Amino acid sequence: MRKHREGLSLLAYAAFGLALIMTMLLCVCAGSVPIALENTLKAILYSMTGREAPAGISKTIILNVRLPRVINVSLVGASLSLCGAAMQGLIRNPLADGSTLGVSSGAALGAVIAMAFGFYIPGTTYGGVMLLAMLFAFISLILILSLAYALDHSLSTNTIILIGVIFSMFASSVINLIISFTSDHVKSIAFWMMGSLSGTGYSHARILTIFLALCGGVILLHARELNALAIGEDNARHVGVHVKRVKMVILIAVSVLTGVCVSISGSIGFVGLVMPHMSRMITGPNHKKLLPASMFSGAIFLLFADLIARTLLSPIELQIGLVTSLIGAVAFILVFYRSRRKG
Amino acid sequence: MLEIKDLSVRYSSVLALDNVSFTLEPGQWLMLVGPNGAGKSTIVEAIAQGVKYTGEIRFMGKAVDRMDVHSRARAIGVLSQKNSVNYAYTVEEVVALGRYAYKRSFLSSKGQDDEEQIEKALNATGLQAFRRSSVLELSGGELQRVFLAQVFAQDPRILILDEPANHLDLIYQKHIFSLIGEWLKTGGRGVISVVHDLSLAKKYGTAAVLLNNGKAVAKGEIDSCLSREKLEDVYGMDVYGWMREMLSQWTEKPFIDPQ
Repeated sequence: MRKHREGLSLLAYAAFGLALIMTMLLCVCAGSVPIALENTLKAILYSMTGREAPAGISKTIILNVRLPRVINVSLVGASLSLCGAAMQGLIRNPLADGSTLGVSSGAALGAVIAMAFGFYIPGTTYGGVMLLAMLFAFISLILILSLAYALDHSLSTNTIILIGVIFSMFASSVINLIISFTSDHVKSIAFWMMGSLSGTGYSHARILTIFLALCGGVILLHARELNALAIGEDNARHVGVHVKRVKMVILIAVSVLTGVCVSISGSIGFVGLVMPHMSRMITGPNHKKLLPASMFSGAIFLLFADLIARTLLSPIELQIGLVTSLIGAVAFILVFYRSRRKG
Repeated sequence: MLEIKDLSVRYSSVLALDNVSFTLEPGQWLMLVGPNGAGKSTIVEAIAQGVKYTGEIRFMGKAVDRMDVHSRARAIGVLSQKNSVNYAYTVEEVVALGRYAYKRSFLSSKGQDDEEQIEKALNATGLQAFRRSSVLELSGGELQRVFLAQVFAQDPRILILDEPANHLDLIYQKHIFSLIGEWLKTGGRGVISVVHDLSLAKKYGTAAVLLNNGKAVAKGEIDSCLSREKLEDVYGMDVYGWMREMLSQWTEKPFIDPQ
């Protein structure tokens, strides 16, 4: 009897891992002050082994500015892409992503309130914004799920989408209301809404890693259930999937992870939508392959987007969300056009 | 093996099923027959736990709604009429999903018996050659065969079919029904199916429940259940006369050259 692994092969993992590390290194080296690869590697290795790096290496730029940012970018990219892949399977709709349920709009509302009313945690630049955004993300998650559950005990796809759309609209209108009353914060609010990871440090990386490990782990362990749901909800029930419970668990995992990402990076669009698509073209729709592939491709994509944001108009820095939407839209149209012509 | 007692289902203000009772014995192929809106599909939905109901549905004496989802899936398999897939899964991936209820832990991959059941199901349905094909490239009839293979791989004791060959070409209709007939030959199995086509019901069924307006009008052995009087009563027309008239179209008339 023939045996075969359902997930990605070890070779594929190695290839993805290598591509990710290369991209990360490239992103640390490139920038307004270019750094030689050798120096970057030295700085990282010396600090990992606890030794003092040799003189002449821009240690601060490498270790305190670029490396944490690059790590955060890849964690956010992986998280958003993973969430998108899971949601697209869960509700059987290739236009879904982590923000479909509306939790990211809730997080944005929290962030805007913090910025508009000057809620700051002393000693941090964005601590207050992040904290309030996370708080609002959790409150909206609870609100949305209980609303959806009260409306429709089976948590049907249409209810999920509808509640998400309504909640997002509500949150955006409150945001606009706040903006129209606090005109002096408009610029910082607008920039935050476009998404950026500049100035983020290892503390953010720690939070992102914890939530990616927890929520991402939950999502990855539900690959089989996601396959069943993607093939059909009734069919999933017939083969023995506890549809309601599984849906609830995945929705919570996706929303928490998305909420945390938005709180740290602002709204970054298109990663969660486009990267699962591209990954699906390579791996096929089986979530055992699709979910890990989406994580890697999302991380790599966002790293390049961040690199472009930093370097294209240097010394002016673009917002990363702006870049992802621009590249994403064009890439999406190209891919869509090509796949249509083939099929 | 399956006992249904006083089953009632209410959709808001409409009573879709009104105290329906019947039993399925091993080896039986029970046909749920009746006009549109009689409650046939509702029975299927209730057995599959897709709607809220009152009354009892018992498998081997156990209340089906109290069984955990995995043992229920190992006992009862369902093939519905509306199966459409949005993503390019392979035939094998869809069929393998039938083994879901047998998974041992989070991490275990497919076991030996899972592989065997999947192979058997692919062979029985003649899908071996398609196993790597995307289900998006299949015709409606082929797709329905894939889901039949999935429910075969699920290896349930009872197979519930909701119009399994609806909208299918005659060749697929024949194919699907004879495959299910073969499946039933193994001991300890039973089939319940909703059928619109009374000829198909008569050809393959061993027992029937005749439904009208949510009530079981007749039940029991197929021929007595689908008698001329009962069918006329339920369908409001001479079903026998109409069937014969239809059939007479198929006698080979001698061809007379008009010239």
